[in-house]
Amino acid sequence: MSEAFTTSTARNIFYGGTLFFLLVFLALTYQTEQSIPQRDKREMLTDPKVIAGKKIWETNNCIGCHTLLGEGAYFAPELGNVVKRLGSEEAVKAFIKSRPPTGIPGRRSMPQFNFTDQQLDEIAAFLKYVSEINTAKWPPNIQG
Amino acid sequence: MQYKSQAVAKPYFIAAIALFVAQILFGLIMGLQYVWGDFLFPYIPFNVARMVHTNALIVWLLMGFMGATYYLIPEEAETELASPKLALAMFWIFLVAAGLTVVGYLTVPYVRLAAMTGNDLLPTMGREFLEQPLITKLGIVVVALAFLFNVTLTVLKGRKTAINTVLLIGLWGLAVLFLFSFVNPHNVVRDKFYWWWVVHLWVEGVWELILGSILAFVLIKVTGVDREVIEKWLYVIITLTLVTGILGTGHHYYWIGTPEYWQLIGSIFSALEPIPFFAMTLFAFNMVNRRRREHPNKAATLWALGTGVMAFLGAGVWGFLHTLSPVNFYTHGTQITAAHGHMAFYGAYVMVNLTLISYAMPILRGRAANSNKSQVAEMWGFWLMTVSIVFITLFLTAAGILQVWLQRVSENPLPFMVAQEQVSLFYWMREWSGVIFLIGLLVYIWSFFIPGEEKAAA
Repeated sequence: MSEAFTTSTARNIFYGGTLFFLLVFLALTYQTEQSIPQRDKREMLTDPKVIAGKKIWETNNCIGCHTLLGEGAYFAPELGNVVKRLGSEEAVKAFIKSRPPTGIPGRRSMPQFNFTDQQLDEIAAFLKYVSEINTAKWPPNIQG
Repeated sequence: MQYKSQAVAKPYFIAAIALFVAQILFGLIMGLQYVWGDFLFPYIPFNVARMVHTNALIVWLLMGFMGATYYLIPEEAETELASPKLALAMFWIFLVAAGLTVVGYLTVPYVRLAAMTGNDLLPTMGREFLEQPLITKLGIVVVALAFLFNVTLTVLKGRKTAINTVLLIGLWGLAVLFLFSFVNPHNVVRDKFYWWWVVHLWVEGVWELILGSILAFVLIKVTGVDREVIEKWLYVIITLTLVTGILGTGHHYYWIGTPEYWQLIGSIFSALEPIPFFAMTLFAFNMVNRRRREHPNKAATLWALGTGVMAFLGAGVWGFLHTLSPVNFYTHGTQITAAHGHMAFYGAYVMVNLTLISYAMPILRGRAANSNKSQVAEMWGFWLMTVSIVFITLFLTAAGILQVWLQRVSENPLPFMVAQEQVSLFYWMREWSGVIFLIGLLVYIWSFFIPGEEKAAA
């Protein structure tokens, strides 16, 4: 570093550079908000079941074991495409319902949440909605 | 210590290390559950252990940052803290809130905890790393405001240096971005998009400013190199950090439903993200080589150098490994991510906290440095923890490569759980590395109890 490059030069580059890239980021955020309606299936959010399902997903901390679109914990399968993997919303509900309360000896076990039929409908509707989001063809295959 | 009010840092450091122990114990429980699936089921399910593991980490790092700030701000600003009483009060509020939250996680089903703590008023829970109940989140905001008020006032009435300025920008950024934890749209794409404004812009943005300024502070103290030189480096490093890191957020926007131009932007800028970490390593070694004094605290110097190297490896190299979108397409959400996460958090934030604690704790206890015997034990702790985190990372990387192959690339892709069983050998090796890590941590803590020499603090 030459003598011409002083601390105050470095400081000014920091403030200028940060501000510039912050503005670019905000502009891209605006652009993203403008273009995601074609990708995010927001029309499905008019169904109150989907919204209720997201809350069930959150308040039971499903993300603590599973991933959803690749984010979350890596202990249990990806659920962004689970409706497609198991074939139907009915199959997803049947799976959740059939979890033994004391677990499966020696194996990773999903807790039995004792959801009502309505809650099962809601969580399935939520997972169905997530599976319809345009994710640039991720995951690479049906196994998630 | 030069200023009386620096003493408030001490309880923060002690609580931080206690929470560190809790974090590691729950990490070991989770590691075991990876291979012994029904261990502690259904009493401590994996998701509960994970919340304790990750939230304890976040809270102890924040406690460490706060302690570090309370320690270094008076020295940098050359004035006593605006209100040491407020700092101590906030410590107890923060600790009790964190403790109650953990008790809540462990004793009540999460859905009941959500109902009990007002999640219906403003649903914010159940998103990775932001699992804290609404009242805890509000408590964090109160503590953060009081903390920022206290330290900002201190800097305003005292000397303004590059170190305390950068630290304040980092801390204010941390607090402002935390407000996005209250943003939870019904739309999953938008939910995830703004969730990263907390998670990414913290750890790959403003936290690095905090890291840089803490490291710069310790390097000035242990090397005696001119402030002018160190502050210039600090500005260069944080410029590189934010110039690459802000648009680097794009590497999280590949597969969540956002437009595909993020793949290009994210790949380019996150490929540049290792550069600030490389600069940090050069910086640390350069300053130590140019040192003008032999500081008696050798352990602190070791931690400072270790931070540079391990942050570069974990955040830089392991981050780069899976950051380009064509690679990330296969590695996203696998054990590769876990491998990177472990080494990056340890190398950057755990180690910088331990660097400052190593430097400041002896002074807070009335001596320039610990006894030689104590420092030797501390360095054993350093090597045991650092080497075992390297092995944890390598084993998780191996598990991740196999997982990607078996589940996503091979001709007959296996279901998730079948692939997991195939890689369990690596999970066992990770678990044993974790046990060594815990031993390292215990050795490190033991070093605090080895008597120091009666030498007055510098």
